[in-house]
Amino acid sequence: MNLSLIALTPFLGAGFVAAISRLGRLHAAWGSGLVTLIALLLLFPHATDAFTGQVVVHSISWIPMLGMDFAFRLDGLGLLFSLLILCIGLLIILYARYYLSDRDDMGRFYAYLLMFMGSMLGIATSENVIQLLIFWELTSLSSFLLISYWQTRHESRSGARMALAVTGGGGLALLGGFLLLGQIVGSYNLTDILASGDLIRSHDLYLPMLILVLLGAFTKSAQFPFHFWLPNAMAAPTPVSAYLHSATMVKAGVFLLARLFPALSGTSAWFWLVCITGLVTLVVAAYIAMFKHDLKGLLAYSTISHLGLITLLFGIGTPMAALAGVFHIINHAIFKASLFMAAGIIHHETGTRDMRILRGLWRYMPHTALLAMVAAASMAGVPLFNGFLSKEMFFAETLFVINQPWGWLLPAAATLAGIFAVAYSLRFIHNVFFDGEPTDLPKQPHEPPRFMKVPVEILVALCLLVGIFPALTVEPILAVAASSVLQGPVPEHDLAIWHGFNTALFMSITALVGGVILYLIRKPLFVFQEHMEKLLDFKALFDFLIEKLFHLANTVTHFLDKQSLQRMLFVFILFMMVLGITGMTATDYNYNLTGERSILPVDGVSLLIALVLVMAAVSTVVLHRQRLISLVLLGTVGLGVSLVFVKFSAPDLALTQLSVEVVTIVLMLLALYFLPQQSPDESGKWLRSRDAIIAMAAGCGVALLAWAVLTRPYRSIADYFLENSLPGGGGTNVVNVILVDFRGYDTLGEITVLALAGLGIYAMLEHLKIAGASHDSEGRAWDKDLHPVIMASFARLLLPLALLVSVFILLRGHNLPGGGFIAGLITAVALVMQYLANGVIWTQARLPINMQLVIGFGLLIATATGLASWIFGYPFLTSTFSHIHWPVIGEFELASAMAFDLGVYLVVVGATLLILIYLGLVHHQSHQMKARKRIR
Amino acid sequence: MELLIAIIVGVLTACGVYLSLRGRTFPVVLGLTFLSYAVNLFLLIMGRLTIGSPPIISENVMHYADPLPQALVLTAIVISFGMTAFVIVLSLKAFLEMGNDQVDGKHKP
Repeated sequence: MNLSLIALTPFLGAGFVAAISRLGRLHAAWGSGLVTLIALLLLFPHATDAFTGQVVVHSISWIPMLGMDFAFRLDGLGLLFSLLILCIGLLIILYARYYLSDRDDMGRFYAYLLMFMGSMLGIATSENVIQLLIFWELTSLSSFLLISYWQTRHESRSGARMALAVTGGGGLALLGGFLLLGQIVGSYNLTDILASGDLIRSHDLYLPMLILVLLGAFTKSAQFPFHFWLPNAMAAPTPVSAYLHSATMVKAGVFLLARLFPALSGTSAWFWLVCITGLVTLVVAAYIAMFKHDLKGLLAYSTISHLGLITLLFGIGTPMAALAGVFHIINHAIFKASLFMAAGIIHHETGTRDMRILRGLWRYMPHTALLAMVAAASMAGVPLFNGFLSKEMFFAETLFVINQPWGWLLPAAATLAGIFAVAYSLRFIHNVFFDGEPTDLPKQPHEPPRFMKVPVEILVALCLLVGIFPALTVEPILAVAASSVLQGPVPEHDLAIWHGFNTALFMSITALVGGVILYLIRKPLFVFQEHMEKLLDFKALFDFLIEKLFHLANTVTHFLDKQSLQRMLFVFILFMMVLGITGMTATDYNYNLTGERSILPVDGVSLLIALVLVMAAVSTVVLHRQRLISLVLLGTVGLGVSLVFVKFSAPDLALTQLSVEVVTIVLMLLALYFLPQQSPDESGKWLRSRDAIIAMAAGCGVALLAWAVLTRPYRSIADYFLENSLPGGGGTNVVNVILVDFRGYDTLGEITVLALAGLGIYAMLEHLKIAGASHDSEGRAWDKDLHPVIMASFARLLLPLALLVSVFILLRGHNLPGGGFIAGLITAVALVMQYLANGVIWTQARLPINMQLVIGFGLLIATATGLASWIFGYPFLTSTFSHIHWPVIGEFELASAMAFDLGVYLVVVGATLLILIYLGLVHHQSHQMKARKRIR
Repeated sequence: MELLIAIIVGVLTACGVYLSLRGRTFPVVLGLTFLSYAVNLFLLIMGRLTIGSPPIISENVMHYADPLPQALVLTAIVISFGMTAFVIVLSLKAFLEMGNDQVDGKHKP
C-alpha cells in the first residue's frame, strides 16, 4: 500500500463529501468521518514500521531532470503528526456536526475541512521539500477557505485575507529557503538533507537560507511580529479554530523546525534567531491573552504564546529541549483543542463569547464547566495534568544558560510567562463559570447536545491520562518522534510527576502562586492595558501597509494605463517597430536582403487573385466607416486567404479558413445589428496620416522580413514528422497526425481555450436584453419577412447532406484533408444555416441540446483518451492504432487518436454554436420587444 | 511568387495596423482579423513556398510541403476565431453598458 494514499485520500474524499451532501444534511459529516477513518486505516500498516524506528519512503519519479520526485516518507515525527491530524480531525468532524446550524452548508464545510486535512498530512509525510512546500501552500489556501467560511461576514473575509497574505508571504520565503537548501545539499530529499547537517552549517549560503526558512516557519506558527493574523482568524467557525490552531495549521511551523532540526540547528545564528523570537512571542502573547475579553481571543493569544514556548525549546537546541518541544506539541494539541471546543459550546448555548457578559455558568452547564476546568488547568501547568509535565521540562531546560552573563534572564522570563498563563487560565474559568449570576445573556444557557461533548470528554480524559501516567501512555510515541527529530538516540529522560525539590519545581510553584495573585489584582492592570493597546495595534499597521500597497499599485496602473485602447495600441505598435528597426539596421553583421534560394515563377491566376486580395483589403480600410460594406469586403479577403492556402499545398488550412470565414462573418453581422452602423470620422487629418505612416511602415517591415526569409534556404524538423507519421501515428495526413498525436497536448490546450472563449461569451450574453434598431442607418424599416420560405425549405433539405459531409470529413481526417477542427466547423455552419433560415426558436425546439454539455463532453473525451494511455503505462496522450477487417466495408483503420479528434470535433461544434445561438437569442428577444411595442 | 506573397502579407499587416488604431470597437475588431490573416500567412510561409505537394503521405512522392507550420496555423485559425468572437461580443457588451463604442479614452461613460 502506497504512502501517498494517506495524504491523497482526504482530497479524493473532499469531492465525494461535496457530492453526497446534496442527498441530505448530515451525509457530509458521516462521509467525512468515513474518509478520515479510511486514512487512519491506511496509516496503520506503516505505523508499525515507523514505531520500530524505520523510515518508510515511497517515491515516484516526477521530473527526474530537476531531481524532483513525488516522494512520501513516514518516520516517528511524521507518524505523530499524522495521528494528531487524523484523530483530532475525527473529533472535530463529530463536533462540527452539532456546531453548524441548519443554515450552514455542510457539504462545503466538510469538503474544505478534508482538503485542509489532506494538505496537512502532505506536509507531515513529504520526503521531497518542494513537494512539502506545495502542501504547505495548500494549507494556506484551504485555511483561507475555512476561515472565510461565513463569507457574508466582513470580519471573516478580512481575517481570511490577512491569514492568507501573511502565511502565503511566508510560503514564498520558504520556497526561496528550500531552493537554497537544495542548492547547498544537491538534493531536495529530506533523507539527504538530514544527513548533511555539517555541510549545510558550514556553507556560505547558510545564513540567508536559514532566515528564509525561519520566515516561513514563523509566519505559519504566528510568531512575533507575524502573530497578528491568528487572532483575526478567530472569525472562523469554532470547529475550524479548534482544528487549525491546536493540532494543525499553526503547528506546521513548529513541525518544520522539528523536521529540519538536525540539519539547521546547532549554530549561534539558529540559537539567537529562534530563541529570541520564541521568547518574545511566549511572554508578549501570554501577557496580551490576560486582557482579551473574547473567549476565543484569549485562546488565540494563549496559542501564540504556547507556540512561542515550543519555538523557544527548539531554539535552545539541546536534545532534551527538542524532546520537550515534541512533548509540548502533543500536550498543547490536546488541551487547546478541548478548550476551543468548550468555548464553542459556551458560545453556542449562550449566544456570546464576551467575558464581560458571561458569568456564573456553573449552575447551568456544570458538566461543560468541569471539562473546561480540567483543560484550563492543563494549560496553566497544574500538576497531575499533561501541560504540567512538558512545562516542567521546559523550565528545567531554560536553566542551562544560567551560568552565562545575563543567563538568569531566560528562566526569569519563562517564569513570568508561566505567571501570565496561570492568570489567563484562571480568568477563563473564574470569569465564565463563577463570579456571580449571568444577567443579560442573549440565550438561556443550558447543556449542549450529548454528543457535542463527547470529543471534549475524550480529549480531557487524555489530559488526565497523560498527566498521571505519562510513561504508560505517551512515552512510546514521544520516544520514536523525538528520535526522528534528533536523527539519533533519545536522551535519558524520566516522564514522572515528581522529580524531587528542584529549581524547575520551584519555578512552577512561583508561576502558580504568582498567577493567582496577578489575577486577584487584575483591575488596575486592565486600565493600564487599555492605554497600551491603542499604542500598539498590529492589525492597524497591517491594514495601513496593505492600503499603501494598493495605492502604489493604483498609481503605477494609472501612469501606464490612460484608459485608452487606441493610445495603448499605438505605444505597443510603435515599440514593436522600434525593435524591428533596431534589428534590421544592426551593423554587427553583413547581410543581403535577398537570399540565394531559387524563386518560383508567377502565374497569371495567382497574380489575379493577389490583386483581388490586395484591392479588397485596401477597400476595406478605405470604406471602413461603412460597416456593412467593409464586412463584406473583409469576407472577400478571407476567401482570398484560403485560396492562398490552397495554392501553397495546405488543403487543411484552406478548408478551415473557409468555414471559419463563414462563421466569423455571420457572427459579426449579428453583432453589427446592435452596434452603430457607421463609424463617424473622429480622428483628425493629422492623426490619420500618422496612423497611415505607421501602418505602411509596419507593412513594409513585415513584407521585407517575409521576403528575406522566403529567399533563404532552411532546414526543417519536418522530416521527422513526415517519416514517422504513417508508421508511428498510423495516418497519412501529416498535419492531422501532428495535431492529434505528435502535438496532441498542445491541441488539448487549444480546444480548452476555445471552450473557455465560448463559455465566456455565454456568460456575457446570458440575460442580456436589448432592443435593436427598428430601422437601418438610412431610415428604412427592416423587412418583416424574417424567414423567407424558399431559403427555409432549402436549408432543411441541405442539412442531412451537410452533416453527412462533416462526418465524412471527420472520419477521413487522419489520412486525407479533414479532421475534428474542420468537421466541427462544417457541422456548425450547417446548423447555423438552420438557425438563420428558420429562426432560433424553431431550430432550438428541434435541437434541444445544451451546448455547454457538448463542450464538456468534448473536453472529457479528449482528456480521457489521453488518460487512457496512462492505464497501459504509456505517457499522457500516447496514441495507438490497428487495422480491423469489417465485412462489406473492408479494411478499416481504428486509431485512438480518432477518439481524441472526436473530442476536438465536439468542442468546436459546441463552442461555435454556443456563441452564435446566444447572440441569435438576443436578436430574437430584441425582435419580440419591438413587436410588443408595436402592439401597444 | 515569393515577392507576391510578401506583398500580400505586408498589405494585410498594414491594413490591420491602421484599423486597430481607430477609435471605435468595430474597426478595431476588423483590424485584429486582418492581423490574424497576416500572422497566419506569415507563419505558413515560414515553411517556404511549395506548390502542388500537400503533406499527405503517398507512394512515389519524395517531396512534401512542411507540415509543421500548417499544423500550427490550423489551430491558430480556430483560436483567432474564438478570440474574434470574444472581442466582438465584449465590444457589444461594452457598447450596451457604456452607451458608446469608443476606445479612444476621450469618451468615458
